[in-house]
Amino acid sequence: MTATAEITVTDVVARYVPVIGLETHVELGTLSKMFCGCPTEFGAEPNTQTCPVCLGLPGALPVVNVKSIESTIRIGLALNCTIASWCRFARKNYFYPDMPKDFQISQYDEPLCTDGYLDVMVDGEPFRVEIERVHLEEDTGKSLHVGGATGRIHGADHSLVDYNRAGIPLVEIVTKPIAGTGVRAPAVARAYVTELRELLRGLNVSDVRMEQGSMRCDVNTSLAPKGAAAWGTRTETKNVNSLRSVERAVRSEMIRQSQVLDDGGRIVQETRHFHEDSSSTTSGRSKEEATDYRYFPEPDLVPVAPDPAWVEQLRAALPDAPSVLRSRRQAELGLSDDEMSWLANTGALQLFAETVAAGASAADARKWWLGDLTRRANAEDIELAELAITPAQVASLVGLVADGRINDRLARQVLDGVLAGEGDPEQVVAARGLAVLSDTAALDAAVDAAIADNPDIVAKIQSGKVAAVGVLLGSVMKATRGQADAASVRAMIAQRLGVEL
Amino acid sequence: MAGRPSTLEELSLHDRHCMTAISRDDVAHLAHLARLAVTEQELDLFAGQLDVILASVAHVADVAADDIPPTTHAVPLTNITRPDVIGPSLHPQDVLAAAPAAEGGRFRVPRILNEPA
Repeated sequence: MTATAEITVTDVVARYVPVIGLETHVELGTLSKMFCGCPTEFGAEPNTQTCPVCLGLPGALPVVNVKSIESTIRIGLALNCTIASWCRFARKNYFYPDMPKDFQISQYDEPLCTDGYLDVMVDGEPFRVEIERVHLEEDTGKSLHVGGATGRIHGADHSLVDYNRAGIPLVEIVTKPIAGTGVRAPAVARAYVTELRELLRGLNVSDVRMEQGSMRCDVNTSLAPKGAAAWGTRTETKNVNSLRSVERAVRSEMIRQSQVLDDGGRIVQETRHFHEDSSSTTSGRSKEEATDYRYFPEPDLVPVAPDPAWVEQLRAALPDAPSVLRSRRQAELGLSDDEMSWLANTGALQLFAETVAAGASAADARKWWLGDLTRRANAEDIELAELAITPAQVASLVGLVADGRINDRLARQVLDGVLAGEGDPEQVVAARGLAVLSDTAALDAAVDAAIADNPDIVAKIQSGKVAAVGVLLGSVMKATRGQADAASVRAMIAQRLGVEL
Repeated sequence: MAGRPSTLEELSLHDRHCMTAISRDDVAHLAHLARLAVTEQELDLFAGQLDVILASVAHVADVAADDIPPTTHAVPLTNITRPDVIGPSLHPQDVLAAAPAAEGGRFRVPRILNEPA
């Protein structure tokens, strides 16, 4: 690990050319599953959303959910893909208990959508990521590995499986190999996934919650020595489940592979697991062992042949692209290009917009999200979206300041409370007794005491050294536990001492 | 995905070419993929039997002309779909009734990958 810390991506690209690729799985937000009427709601009790079809019981017959086809076509259209006029589902056979049928219904050589692209912005410059395919399949069940040290598959004694997720429509979006990124490879990966998530959100086809697994990324990375004719051997890092991790997974794989190659080693084509805590990857099962899936056309389903008129109808009804929406939003929110791209790349634009929608001014939303909240997220090394505060709570905080009920200093304490799970800003203000001091008698006493206790400071102020008033202000603030309004205190001192402050 | 057949038809064509002589190794490989415990004697027995079955099916290739497209369904239907409407699920007790083992409302299965911890 010490050696890893010394090498940077800049060092890597001085000797090697990276090629990356991304496979993104997106659970569609349909009400019912892909091939049966079971509900798809997240977080239900285990195995309460299953039926003979998604459990693969004998005699059960799958029937395609038309909404899943529609959503997949809309995703394909938004990604500038060609929509197949005729395609089939295929059976992917494998023995793994996450599918009770011992196979997964997927698409193989006839995906619904092919050959598209997505333009993203990286460091203020446009970059085109080409899309290989968008296909539709069913999600698998969820395994809980018991007995292992960390709940991971390795070292587990046994596994417990919940099939609620099995059969939820899942769209797989695969990029073509992304070359020509150089040192920007990690940033391109992140920008692509960020833009894709915005696009999917705009289409309203999925809730795209990476932390809940409704959007999951596999990241392929390879390095070839500069000047080499062929690309290097790639590894596939599985289940990279945040925007930040996508960037880190590429970076850590580039650095790891460069060290292996520098030492004269060879990259093994394999699946690797990403560890959020250390931002590193470790070897998983070897890829070669698992490729014999014996795909064949799914006999229980007839082909899908989307009516071209329907496809055109869906195309005409597509929402504006995220880039168009962003330009409009940027103007509305009065954000600079830098602020805008920063918010977009951290995935916080939505938080920002929702804060404004909840009643805060753009200036106040900017002040809190780009100021205190960013500092706190950075300090904890998490995304803004992961902070335990909602846009509505930020707007409410802004409202309390605007009403003069708290000042900025108290607002920071309110933030502490909200982030610590003490409730909404109003509740924190009440529970912590943080309101700005409105009891004039107490304030008068505090000001009088400050003046009486500091005769030398008073003399300085009266002799023209007005900056010394800070000492008196500090004294009053201390006495009132920060709950006084600084401007009022200053005015009260000025009046008592008969000076202009 | 280098090396895999690019279409399902090629895949089946590929399989057809392999059919003429299915080897013990082929049977052992398939048995492993299907998680079947096949004895040494059975490998020879099944190789011979599968050979006969596959050769019989391969006769289809003899009569398939260029003007006959590969068929995966007997009836020319497309777009059989259902609306996105929630239907009833099974009771979890019934779901788990057929499970060899259950724990905490989940199916309990043996350790999945045979790899050292």
